[in-house]
Amino acid sequence: MTDTLLTAADAGLLSCHSCNLLTEVQTGAHPGAHEEQHCPRCGSQLHMRKPDSLARTWALVIAAFICYIPANLLPMTLVTSLGNVQEDTIMSGVIYFLQHGEWPIGLVILIASIVVPLTKLFILIYLLISVQRKSQWRPVERTRLYRVTEAIGRWSMTDIYVVTILVALVQLGNLASIEAGIGAIFFGAVVVLTILAAMTFDPREIWDNMESTNDR
Amino acid sequence: MIDTSNLIACHECDLLHRIPEREGARCVSRCRRCNAMLHRGVENSVDRTLALTFAGLILFIVANSYPFLAFKLQGQETQSTLISGVFGLYNEGKWEIALLVLLTTIVVPLMQLLLQLYIYLPLRFNRVPWLLARVARFAGSLQPWSMMEVFMIGIIVAIVKLVGMAQIVPGLALWSFALLILILAAAAANMDPRVVWDQVEYPR
Repeated sequence: MTDTLLTAADAGLLSCHSCNLLTEVQTGAHPGAHEEQHCPRCGSQLHMRKPDSLARTWALVIAAFICYIPANLLPMTLVTSLGNVQEDTIMSGVIYFLQHGEWPIGLVILIASIVVPLTKLFILIYLLISVQRKSQWRPVERTRLYRVTEAIGRWSMTDIYVVTILVALVQLGNLASIEAGIGAIFFGAVVVLTILAAMTFDPREIWDNMESTNDR
Repeated sequence: MIDTSNLIACHECDLLHRIPEREGARCVSRCRRCNAMLHRGVENSVDRTLALTFAGLILFIVANSYPFLAFKLQGQETQSTLISGVFGLYNEGKWEIALLVLLTTIVVPLMQLLLQLYIYLPLRFNRVPWLLARVARFAGSLQPWSMMEVFMIGIIVAIVKLVGMAQIVPGLALWSFALLILILAAAAANMDPRVVWDQVEYPR
């Protein structure tokens, strides 16, 4: 056991995603019938691999890309100051900070709102293509890339929270008030869709391609 | 029949491993093929988690009862609590974002704290809470949607953004927030799911 590389799938075992219990695959009395198997300990539905992982992840990634366009083109905030209304998109906010010498904050928004979502989407696309092409190249590094996408996604929410706080605080009518723009809704959708995309991708698929000698 | 009781599969590459013996002390075991974390053992996991959960609940109440920032401009002042931001968005018709913020910064963190209390308080007194498996599974699925620490970054960015425009006064809730984030992170680091799952009876 400690010398050979045996996976749960090779051993005919299902690993529970919720409580880690291993259960033997039931070869049901009716072969071919799609019987759902549940974890005897916690009741989660068991799967050898996350179901339709590639198709679902592709769908969520494409949906996130589509939402990313209006998220960047439409205003995140509408700022009223002494009667003038100014619309700010993600990019115009970043440029404003960089021009006014507030580069650390400009950088935070640039990273959270532009670098993180795009990096995450491109990494997922790369992983999807590499799995579909049955790539055997550097599985450890590709698994690490997956771990990165899982960890960074949540930080994209920063700008949504900034808008929430501004809306709550700056409510002085015509003197100064801030309203959330339509872009914020699309940006929120991008964040949720990319988090879901990372959840539906199954990193074990990267490793399934490594055992091409096994009949599968 | 394979004896599976002492085996664990890596959730990132599916490799089977023997579950390391419980040494009591803090130890992290990793997958020898892909380096994913298999398990983290924590000493006195139940006591620590319970203590941090109580602290977290108190801080959560303070953080949500007082304004975290006040905004002063030409003699006028507005104060903001977490929930007032959610209402602000809702009143503007942006209910989608209002809901997202409500869930990720109030509902999910509060539910996590309450469920931890529900799980760990009986365990502390050697009782198994009712429906433990279901509750533990649900609590685990909430984890990705609790985003308090990201909200804190949002507060910092908002402060810098407004500082040039008006006078910004930090409130009591701001400090509670900062502490709460540390407490939540510490609680997450001290939980040992295996201690909980070992208490669940199931047909073998």
